[in-house]
Amino acid sequence: MKYTEDHEWLRIEGDLVVVGITEHAATQLGDVVFVELPEVETMVATGDEVVVIESVKAASDILAPIDGEIVAVNTKLVDNPGLVNEDPLGRAWFFKLKVDDLSVLDEFMDEDEYADLIG
Amino acid sequence: MTDLRRLPLHDLHVELGARMVPFAGWEMPVQYAGVMPEHLAVRSGAGLFDVSHMGQVILHPRRDMAQLAADLAALMPVEVAALPEGRQRYGLLTNVDGGIIDDLMFANRGDHFLLVVNAARADVDIAHLREHLGDQVQPVSRALLALQGPMAEDALAPLVPAVRGMRFMDVMTADTLFGPLWISRSGYTGEDGFEISVPAPGAEGLARALLRNAQPIGLGARDSLRLEAGLCLYGHDIDETTSPVEAGLTWAIQKSRRTGGFPGEERILAELSEGAGRRRVGLRPEGRAPMREGTKLFAGDRQVGIVTSGGFGPSVGAPIAMGYVEADAAAIDTQLSGEVRGKLLPVTVSALPFHQTTYKR
Repeated sequence: MKYTEDHEWLRIEGDLVVVGITEHAATQLGDVVFVELPEVETMVATGDEVVVIESVKAASDILAPIDGEIVAVNTKLVDNPGLVNEDPLGRAWFFKLKVDDLSVLDEFMDEDEYADLIG
Repeated sequence: MTDLRRLPLHDLHVELGARMVPFAGWEMPVQYAGVMPEHLAVRSGAGLFDVSHMGQVILHPRRDMAQLAADLAALMPVEVAALPEGRQRYGLLTNVDGGIIDDLMFANRGDHFLLVVNAARADVDIAHLREHLGDQVQPVSRALLALQGPMAEDALAPLVPAVRGMRFMDVMTADTLFGPLWISRSGYTGEDGFEISVPAPGAEGLARALLRNAQPIGLGARDSLRLEAGLCLYGHDIDETTSPVEAGLTWAIQKSRRTGGFPGEERILAELSEGAGRRRVGLRPEGRAPMREGTKLFAGDRQVGIVTSGGFGPSVGAPIAMGYVEADAAAIDTQLSGEVRGKLLPVTVSALPFHQTTYKR
């Protein structure tokens, strides 16, 4: 698993990259009450706002961590946004990206580095 | 950035695991266990809020209470003189344009009035009151705790048995080992409950005693609770440009005051008889997307208003909001749309409150 400075996790699954948010991010957000997912087959560039999450407190965005094509989204989150708080690292994945070259993930933090970031 | 003021119970909040945030010049607990569980705990049990940031102001009569009541009534479109000793009432300081300087609670405590005002408005209020009432205006620095929820009476009665006899908006003084408590049966959640003014040195002991039967609640749940109860938040739902009539607060203007004798009477009396051009309304967005403060509201392609408070109502189980719309769009069940992230989403004008209040009348 790799981690971004925006508190997303990235996991390789075959030739795809699965994206979610970390437990730390889920805790900071508070109870999630609404998730808006992108369309599949959307091409995204690094930094694009891809997902909207609303917690009881505020709205926030999930940005595309890398360039790629969205090939799957987790529609379970639309009906059950609370999954983001229950199981952020597992069942609450947000989308799967198809990327040209999986080696782009090397630049992201590993678990120890991320643990240092959130202190 | 200016230095934030610290609550008398700051260390207790940190010990209880609060996340502290700046609010109205104070460092305040926004949440402990989380907004959702805290909100639901208040609706089903009892929750304890530290609201010591709010302004507490005593008005001591220079001459007598009758004269002071008349002088205070000259600043608010609210009946003051008829408020009996031991009772509290909701009040509104208005400006000469009929806007709201602040909303507040005032209590007749026999030989003085006690006012509780919004933290962010305390300095403005005190200056305004002093301008008209002079040295009768005496701010007090005490802690203020709110104990709210259906179990609030059971949580407080072991310390002060007499609270079982209080009705909504009653006030009393109780001598306790935490010092003299100034207790009112009121709150800002739509639930039964109490607000307890306590000398700062006794605040921690009182809070710890109450926390045996109540859980700590932060500002986050305070906001979602008051929104479900349809209560205004100053600086958002009301301000110096909104009149009491626009804000749907005409219930706070007793019949005896509908002839004038308060700041802004021209506009307020005209709006009382002819209606206001815009009205504060409840709003129920369709679907799950909350409509936050600032969301523009449309009837067709005409903008008719704006959201002033909005979020998710944990007890309602859906997004809820309040806002101002033009009078012809203010009827219950009017279908409007709200602009969320560039998309127009359906929203319905709804009755307030969103969650039935359970005051002990």
